[in-house]
Amino acid sequence: MNLIKKNTWVLIKKTILEPKERTGSIPEETKKVPLLMWVKGYTLDDANIGQNVKIKTLTGRFETGELVEANPSYMHTYGKFVPEILEIDKLLKDTLFGGENNE
Amino acid sequence: MNNSYEAVMARKNDIMRQSVGIDYNQYEQDYISFDFEKMMDDCGFELDEIRKIQAESGVGQTPLKECKNITALARKVAKPGYGARIFIKDEALNDSGSFKARRASISCYQAKKMGYKGVIAATSGNYGAAVASQAAKYGLKCIIVQECYDSKGVGQPEIIEKARACEAYGAEVVQLSVGPELFYKFLLLLEETGYFNASLYTPYGIKGIESLGAELVEDSIRLTGKEPDMVVVTNAGGGNLTGTARGIKQVTDKKIEIVGSSVNLKGLHMASDTDFNKKSFTTGHTGFGIPFIMNPDRSDVPRSAARALRYIDRYVTVNQGEVFFMTEALSILEGIERGPAGNTSLAAAFSLAQELPEDKVIIVQETEYTSAGKHHQAQLAFARDNGICIYFGNPQDEIPGRSIVFPKDISFLKAINLDLDKIKTKYINNHIKGLKQISNKDLEFLVNETNTSKRFVENLLTHKNIEVEAKHE
Repeated sequence: MNLIKKNTWVLIKKTILEPKERTGSIPEETKKVPLLMWVKGYTLDDANIGQNVKIKTLTGRFETGELVEANPSYMHTYGKFVPEILEIDKLLKDTLFGGENNE
Repeated sequence: MNNSYEAVMARKNDIMRQSVGIDYNQYEQDYISFDFEKMMDDCGFELDEIRKIQAESGVGQTPLKECKNITALARKVAKPGYGARIFIKDEALNDSGSFKARRASISCYQAKKMGYKGVIAATSGNYGAAVASQAAKYGLKCIIVQECYDSKGVGQPEIIEKARACEAYGAEVVQLSVGPELFYKFLLLLEETGYFNASLYTPYGIKGIESLGAELVEDSIRLTGKEPDMVVVTNAGGGNLTGTARGIKQVTDKKIEIVGSSVNLKGLHMASDTDFNKKSFTTGHTGFGIPFIMNPDRSDVPRSAARALRYIDRYVTVNQGEVFFMTEALSILEGIERGPAGNTSLAAAFSLAQELPEDKVIIVQETEYTSAGKHHQAQLAFARDNGICIYFGNPQDEIPGRSIVFPKDISFLKAINLDLDKIKTKYINNHIKGLKQISNKDLEFLVNETNTSKRFVENLLTHKNIEVEAKHE
């Protein structure tokens, strides 16, 4: 396993509330899972993914939790193409401009 | 210090007082009421001062744009002579990409003035980026607390993008899985850091939007020669509507119809770990709109300054498929590509315009930025991946969490009226529950809170055998 070096920018995960500690007024499916937290910061020790580490966050706070990712990336996208959007375009233009015959 | 859930919640009021700098107790009166106007007045910030602060911080004076093609489209299905002119206030052009910059600007200005080292806001919406952006300008540290993932770690693409935006402006982002106990972590962070609570619901968070209400009246006069006839506002926590309506009233005496609109998410539970990723809108929806209008003080401050029921004239819902449809229309017909949630009011306006004559003016008072994750293409792809059925038909057949229905032709796009009298009745009944008597001040408060009459409230009191004290010292 790749050792993540001290002072690397990392993402950690921590359990804030165990299921038994959760508030009463929430749906059953939420009550049976823990309340989790994810936060980023610089790791204060060398560690492997999955190990418990202490980090220093951007505001200088300290948090501890399970090391999830080193140099965490933004991987969100525009998603798989949704062809219905082109159908919306056609519907709108046909309605407003009268379709191909009126171009 | 004991940091158990119960212990921290018990310290809530002390933490709040230190982190907002407002002693809310001083506004409490009699059995149920508080002095809303005094709370707003005491925080200061006249309209001119708000405009000045915002002009210096990349906020406000956004363009009002006429949507001529969308108006023409509405007239295709309206009866002859009908189809009001539709305008949008392009709020996406504020620094950080939404009207929320207006709210953040005053909160951060205040935090700096009071000497706080940093600001914290609990929000999964555009407000996070707005606070982060304004905090950057004032050299304040910033923490944004988001509800972002389900318990499996699958995040809403829209919220993940907002986290990226917060980090782009230098904020620390604390992300949580689904559940109202986010508030617990929020309180712990306020206590640990001593930062200012840049809540959406303080008077500062609302005052910042008054400039938007004022501007849209002035813009309308400049572009059309008159005030708007109707302003449509996307409604979630109620702040947008409250601030906009208050701003409008400061610059005109004309009665302008204020319409709230929310995306219909009926049947989806907001605190459900499994429903979380089945919704395609993370804000601007009925899951916030309805509970907050019924009970504004469920927010993260003791008394919310966002009190939509005081100002709303009409409340409509639109469906997810209709909002995505109009988001695409804004892009393909007007050449303006914007994020979906802000277009909730545009979808409503398209339907409402058909009820008004052609010479009337409707203003949609916001847009929001769009990008990866926060785009209707991304939201629809995510919905499809989560097993949501997407098709053309009658949007009224849409079942939130199971289907997204685009109108099969434009006549099927219809804003649906909610019964405001019923909502007002529920509001009043919630507030008088378990009481034997209330004071005259309380009665007046309920009238103002619900924008009803003494008679309307007294009828409900009589029905519940609640007396109004002749005098309360």
